[in-house]
Amino acid sequence: MKGKKKTIALAVYFILLFLPIYWMLNMSLRTNADILSTLTLYPADPTWKNYIKIFTDSDWYSGFINSIIYVTINTMISLTVALPAAYAFSRYTFIGDKHIFFWLLSNRMAPAAVFLLPFFQLYSTIGLIDTYIAVALAHCLFNVPLAVWILEGFMSGIPREIDETAFIDGYSLPRFFVTIFIPLIRAGVGVTAFFCFMFSWVELLFARTLTVTSAKPIGAVMTRTISATGLDWGLMAAAGVLTIVPGALVIWFVRDYMAKGFALGRV
Amino acid sequence: MKLEWMYWTPITAGFFIIIALMLVGMGVWEVIAPSIERRRFLPISTTRGDRFFIGLLCSAYINIAWVGLTDWSLWFALPISIVWLVIVMRFG
Amino acid sequence: MEKWENNKAWFLVVPVLAFVAFSALIPLMTVVNYSVQDILAPGESVFVGTEWFKKVLHDYRLHDALWRQFLFSGLVLLIEMPLGILIALAMPKKGWGVSFSLVTLALPLLIPWNTIGSIWIIFTRPDIGLFGAAINSLGLAFDHTRRPLDAWITLMLMEVWHWTPLVALLAYAGLRAIPEMYYQAAKIDGASAWSTFRYIQLPKMRGVLTIALLLRFMDSFLIYAEPFVLTGGGPGDATTFLSIYLVKIATGQFDLGMASAFSLIYFLIVLLLCFVFYQVLQNVGKGARI
Repeated sequence: MKGKKKTIALAVYFILLFLPIYWMLNMSLRTNADILSTLTLYPADPTWKNYIKIFTDSDWYSGFINSIIYVTINTMISLTVALPAAYAFSRYTFIGDKHIFFWLLSNRMAPAAVFLLPFFQLYSTIGLIDTYIAVALAHCLFNVPLAVWILEGFMSGIPREIDETAFIDGYSLPRFFVTIFIPLIRAGVGVTAFFCFMFSWVELLFARTLTVTSAKPIGAVMTRTISATGLDWGLMAAAGVLTIVPGALVIWFVRDYMAKGFALGRV
Repeated sequence: MKLEWMYWTPITAGFFIIIALMLVGMGVWEVIAPSIERRRFLPISTTRGDRFFIGLLCSAYINIAWVGLTDWSLWFALPISIVWLVIVMRFG
Repeated sequence: MEKWENNKAWFLVVPVLAFVAFSALIPLMTVVNYSVQDILAPGESVFVGTEWFKKVLHDYRLHDALWRQFLFSGLVLLIEMPLGILIALAMPKKGWGVSFSLVTLALPLLIPWNTIGSIWIIFTRPDIGLFGAAINSLGLAFDHTRRPLDAWITLMLMEVWHWTPLVALLAYAGLRAIPEMYYQAAKIDGASAWSTFRYIQLPKMRGVLTIALLLRFMDSFLIYAEPFVLTGGGPGDATTFLSIYLVKIATGQFDLGMASAFSLIYFLIVLLLCFVFYQVLQNVGKGARI
């Protein structure tokens, strides 16, 4: 009886969660004139026009490709540098460990608006403006600390006897790390990759500031829907629906890891 | 590499150099004589490094309060910050 | 379980430091430099000392924005943390429902932030939006472009819709990590649902809830894109949060020095609060661990 109530409450929540997304889907299948003239609960005369426009106009689809490229680079960099660091934080004490950890975290706390200008200057100076790597590097600022944090939590859950046994068996640290340890925390790597992907995918201030044309993210392309006649809602909605797809695929792949659970920290 | 866009001034450069030196100093001190966690008047148990961080953060707030609440030169707030930092480091 | 003491571990952290320091320290130092100067033209500046800080600290609109920001972040945390935990508790533990719930929860998190604002603009429009039309058909006049309270309600709804899933995802992962034997032990003891939650589930979720709370606090305190698109800070100044006001100074008035001084104070506030939260969460329940 109690379980049933819970399920109903959850179902209601999911319906509410879906409504705005459904509305976006609904709009994406209608023309702009239709959206602005009538309120309908479902597209009476569905059209694929908006989607076709996105898939055929190179400005649009290259926005998606650009975003996917820099997000992927960022996720890979974040994981690569965060894995050894997380291992250090979970296994060793060393001078300033807690402080470095908190300092890493503090990089998420700076208000981006003003920091964007020196960022732009810095990346111009080293000639990286309008490249994928620039955005990927900038996003490391908030993704690397998060990756270290989550991975450290997963690693703390692995008993240290495993490390000790491997070292006694003659494994070197790098070899142990790659062949034994990383497979053990596979789930952690998957979950971390999802969070890095997500935060890099939705961030726009940095991505927009550091790109001009050739690495422009989809979010910035979407502001182009504002034309002389106003916003093209149908096109924007279609692009919005498509922005959900890559992340949804990523969470689909890591759902089992997520469902296995992680407590983070020494429980 | 051109760095004019960073707009360095002697005072800010000095500020960062002092902070950097203090951090290095704390590191060296820790190597020579590792500190032990303890708890005095601060509500959490702290190591020397923690107290240093707390002291610096408080100093930043002291300086801001000085600028916000008084019309006197910020140089007067400096000794107060230093005294506070020493108090936290020694007795915190 | 003591950790090994080894300062060679520093070498493992160096790559992270290199990556983050490069992107973090140089802009931070530059912003500090901006904040004590009046930049008249590119490459031309006058040292003004603490003038900008003084101006920022005596700016009444800023004080209002700060209290508004505290109210907003406070409400966000008060609503999203319990709601997220409740959702996590209600989620199924096995079967197809797990995959379905996880993917559904992730959907709002994956939409670029400016698009979120755009969706909610149209969603709440009384003439062509589902939410706006539904409210109006109930006979309530609802207009977030004119009435401050309505703007707040809309923003809170959007924020809760957007970010509660993050808390729920993390809380769910924390719950799933609790071994079954704890529940069995609780059952044998005849523990009520509440005491199971209070003494088993909540302490075990501390790690993930720390992340959730800090992330939600930071991101809500720094919120910019969504309210900017949805309300533009209006009506009047009713939803002008700190970041929106900051951008108004930086780009609207071209007061780079003042905006920088503001950013640094802003940063210090977030830093202090995060430090306090972090310490509290690290220490809470440490003595009373099961």
